[in-house]
Amino acid sequence: MQPIIAVNQLSKTYASGFQALKRIDLEIRQGEIFALLGPNGAGKTTLISIICGIVNPSEGTVLADGHDVVRDYRAARAKIGLVPQELTTDAFETVWNTVSFSRGLFGRSANPAHVEKVLKDLSLWSKKDSKLITLSGGMKRRVMIAKALSHEPQILFLDEPSAGVDVELRRDMWAMVRALRATGVTIILTTHYIEEAEEMADRIGVIHKGELILVEDKAELMNKLGRKQLTLHLQDPLETIPAALAGYPLELSADRQQLVYTFDAQGEHTGIDMLLRRLGEAGIDFKDLKTSQSSLEDIFVSLVREHA
Amino acid sequence: MNIYAIRAIYLFEMARTWRTLLQSIVSPVISTSLYFVVFGAAIGSHMTGIDGVSYGAFIVPGLIMLSLLTQSISNASFGIYFPKFVGTIYEILSAPVSPFEIVAGYVGAAASKSVILGLIILVTARLFVPFQIEHPLWMLAFLLLTAVTFSLFGFIIGIWADNFEKLQLVPLLVVTPLTFLGGSFYSIHMLPPLWQKVTLFNPVVYLISGFRWSFYGVSDVGVGVSVGMTAVFLAICLAAVWWIFRTGYRLKA
Repeated sequence: MQPIIAVNQLSKTYASGFQALKRIDLEIRQGEIFALLGPNGAGKTTLISIICGIVNPSEGTVLADGHDVVRDYRAARAKIGLVPQELTTDAFETVWNTVSFSRGLFGRSANPAHVEKVLKDLSLWSKKDSKLITLSGGMKRRVMIAKALSHEPQILFLDEPSAGVDVELRRDMWAMVRALRATGVTIILTTHYIEEAEEMADRIGVIHKGELILVEDKAELMNKLGRKQLTLHLQDPLETIPAALAGYPLELSADRQQLVYTFDAQGEHTGIDMLLRRLGEAGIDFKDLKTSQSSLEDIFVSLVREHA
Repeated sequence: MNIYAIRAIYLFEMARTWRTLLQSIVSPVISTSLYFVVFGAAIGSHMTGIDGVSYGAFIVPGLIMLSLLTQSISNASFGIYFPKFVGTIYEILSAPVSPFEIVAGYVGAAASKSVILGLIILVTARLFVPFQIEHPLWMLAFLLLTAVTFSLFGFIIGIWADNFEKLQLVPLLVVTPLTFLGGSFYSIHMLPPLWQKVTLFNPVVYLISGFRWSFYGVSDVGVGVSVGMTAVFLAICLAAVWWIFRTGYRLKA
């Protein structure tokens, strides 16, 4: 199946000389939730802005559902909905009018039933006649999502959707994102909250200093995440791992003072009890032990540091 | 052609007009009425007519033009500047709309508002001074052409301006002087010969002259020249808008 978004050798250098993106290649699959992770200033928003037509690319191409976003912008943009990071709304418009305006702007004929459904899904129905200036920050965020969904896009971009959002709205938003995905909409979100990516995404991409340094299935990342390590600090250094323990995935540290046992924390049997019993039988004493889990955060931090 | 988008932008802008009705329509009408009271009734009664037209009637076309120019520029410049200022422009830029559709929506709304305003002033003026319109169709044509041209000009200013001061700068320093010196209140034949020549570099002279001709059949310069000069200015504005969208000037990084 052709990717819903294909980014090819995309670079962006701003007039100031700052290179925000360096030859990015990325394919987004139809119907997935893709999380773009990265620290502030990594290039997340620039990437989204180019795909959506707000920023001109310096080099490279982007295809949205097979349409070049520059040459065939009309077909490409009609399929895309964007919820930007900043809360920018027309203060004196009503909720209903601003959402209907967005639908028209994206070339769709008026459809009050759809606008009504979007507003109800986002708990905005009771506010439909309120002016935007009277709404709270969270409500404005909902309005911006409603605007992005007004023209029934196939691809939805959420740029930092949970910035300044309370728990309830975040929960509503994730429920909505899942419901949208169930209808076949592809969702791309940027975040610097790792838990968010962990909870929502099918795949995760890490962007740092304008480079895409990792794109991986969340399941695979979770596999790595699911691994725990038990480190035993030995009383006496060992020369080799005794034959009695051969069946265990054990590693001896370079100073021969530590035995490291890697196990699947989510497995039914971790094997720790048997291992400890075997160690006792083999006469290996240890003075301390600790277990540790590598989190997505560790992976992220080490990746970012590696590329610093 | 994304008709729905043109309609959406047009209606959005017109909604802004109705929302700010007092400022948009009422205040220009009041200030124009004051001009008629002062220049038309008070001073005009002590002045001889120009080209066989009473002074009160003579200034009607010029005063309508004065409002038409300033309103077209301020409506259109504010209409596009404000989304840029608050950031809602992101939606226009990310929408499947062509530059033509964006311009049609914004400039169309700004020009509509100016034309409505011009007609209201025309009716208001009729309450103060009697006059007739010899070429009503030409009058409407000048009204439309000027409204569209100067709305385009305002649109360009709105895109160029990156702060509120610049937004006011061109209307204040360029357009208002040109309009006052363009023959709103006098015939350019009343000027010394040298200034008659200098004043021909003022594009507003041609607008007012042509517009006055459509009322009274008298003009400072030939009607054909008036239409031609307005068309030239329209073409310059169109070219500037075309360049803006081609390069993304002040719109896209």
